[in-house]
Amino acid sequence: MSDLILETHDLWEEFSEKKILNNLSFKLKRGSFLSVVGENGVGKTTLVRIILGQLKPTHGTIKFFPNRKSIRIGYVPQFRNIDDEYPLSVKNFVALSFSGYKLPWLSRQERQQLKLVLQETDLEKIANEPLGRASGGEKQRAYLAQALAVRPDLLILDESTASLDPISKENLLRLVKKLNVDTGVTVLFVTHDIPLAKQFSDEYLLLQPNGYEVGPIDQLQVADYEGGQHV
Amino acid sequence: MFSFEFMRNAYVASTIIAIVCGFVGVFVVSRNMPFLTHTLSEIGFAGASFGMFIGITPLNGMLIFTVISSILVGKMGTKSSRRENSISAISGLFIGLGVLFLALSNKSASYATNILFGSVVGISQSDVNQMVILSVIVLLVLLVIYRNLKFDSFDPVGAKAQHVNSGLISIIFLVLLALSVSVAAQIVGALLIFILLTLPAASAKYFSHSVSKMIALAVVFGLIGVWLGLYLGYITNWPVSFFIATIECSIYFAALGFNRIMQN
Repeated sequence: MSDLILETHDLWEEFSEKKILNNLSFKLKRGSFLSVVGENGVGKTTLVRIILGQLKPTHGTIKFFPNRKSIRIGYVPQFRNIDDEYPLSVKNFVALSFSGYKLPWLSRQERQQLKLVLQETDLEKIANEPLGRASGGEKQRAYLAQALAVRPDLLILDESTASLDPISKENLLRLVKKLNVDTGVTVLFVTHDIPLAKQFSDEYLLLQPNGYEVGPIDQLQVADYEGGQHV
Repeated sequence: MFSFEFMRNAYVASTIIAIVCGFVGVFVVSRNMPFLTHTLSEIGFAGASFGMFIGITPLNGMLIFTVISSILVGKMGTKSSRRENSISAISGLFIGLGVLFLALSNKSASYATNILFGSVVGISQSDVNQMVILSVIVLLVLLVIYRNLKFDSFDPVGAKAQHVNSGLISIIFLVLLALSVSVAAQIVGALLIFILLTLPAASAKYFSHSVSKMIALAVVFGLIGVWLGLYLGYITNWPVSFFIATIECSIYFAALGFNRIMQN
């Protein structure tokens, strides 16, 4: 099996006559932890949408190994409409992930998988509490658990920590890092938070208005990051 | 009371309706569609009067109109930014058509009252049979799409990320909703559809943290309303819809009160 999970070649996207992603070619290694950084509008979310298959690139290719069908992607978006009257419990919210045209009730294997993912994300104690009344950090862990429930090969965190306080941010990333090491899930972490990226990831992809940079995370200079940091 | 055939028919029909509305209602509430449901019932009114005009049963007229318009609404897109406005437009158009067909068919005003506010007296055995068939179809399709519909209704962001086909699920659900509206209108009338399609599910939300329990509770609340409503209507000779509406609203207000106590 290739040690890559995906590779892009000469990728760019045109939005109302503006070209973004600038012929992006990068390789994502299986089991790695990559931080995607860059100021607003440089194409971080566009890249995520291309990987998710929600957007076709104007130019260039994206290739998955061995193929797109066999790669399961878990996605933790930045925003979600969960108000305090949201009725489902944490456990039932996470279990939504077992979708498809199957019997309405969960199979034994799915129930075991659900239990495991609730343990991994430290949600067992509040599994039966309504998600609407959970704290910000707990909610974010529940979103993470939902993405992990299907045992993804690639986990995409799209500014998922942006609304959290510094301690919750670090706790969430520590958890993701542990899963990355223990289970080998590849992580693509989109963030503005350079110190957090430096603390947890192996590599970085810096998207800039006129180009991009890829490298080991210890080579990422805060000065390179034109958008400044939002800790 | 059960010695009268029409009361037996009414009880059977309303039991089926409460079950279907409990299932469908949970998704109406979670997808935030009460207004669309109300519009579909108005479209149903136009369909029923169209049925009378061309000589088919009001239920068949309703089915034709609500199913076609639900597909149209689905195709127009359910983007929240323009959903309310496009629904208002369709609603206005169809109420106008309903009035026109009523006038053209030269029927008395009591027909309009029956369609708008429901009537238990007019339900025949063949109407009950048709309702059973339609309800079984709705429930079977719901079971097939249950997991995806649940995901798309309770977490559209997550469902989109996991490639659940939201467009297809929305249109199938709208058609199921159209069928449910047409069936439910037979008892409570077009104007009061939402008391069975919205209120029991909206109340159930406060007592349960799983979709299956919400459905079960919504069915129970619906059954309490229709069974008690029919009985009270029978002994007082007052409109059944009035009793069902009052019972369902009372349950809803009690649920809100319960929620407030729990939050404190």
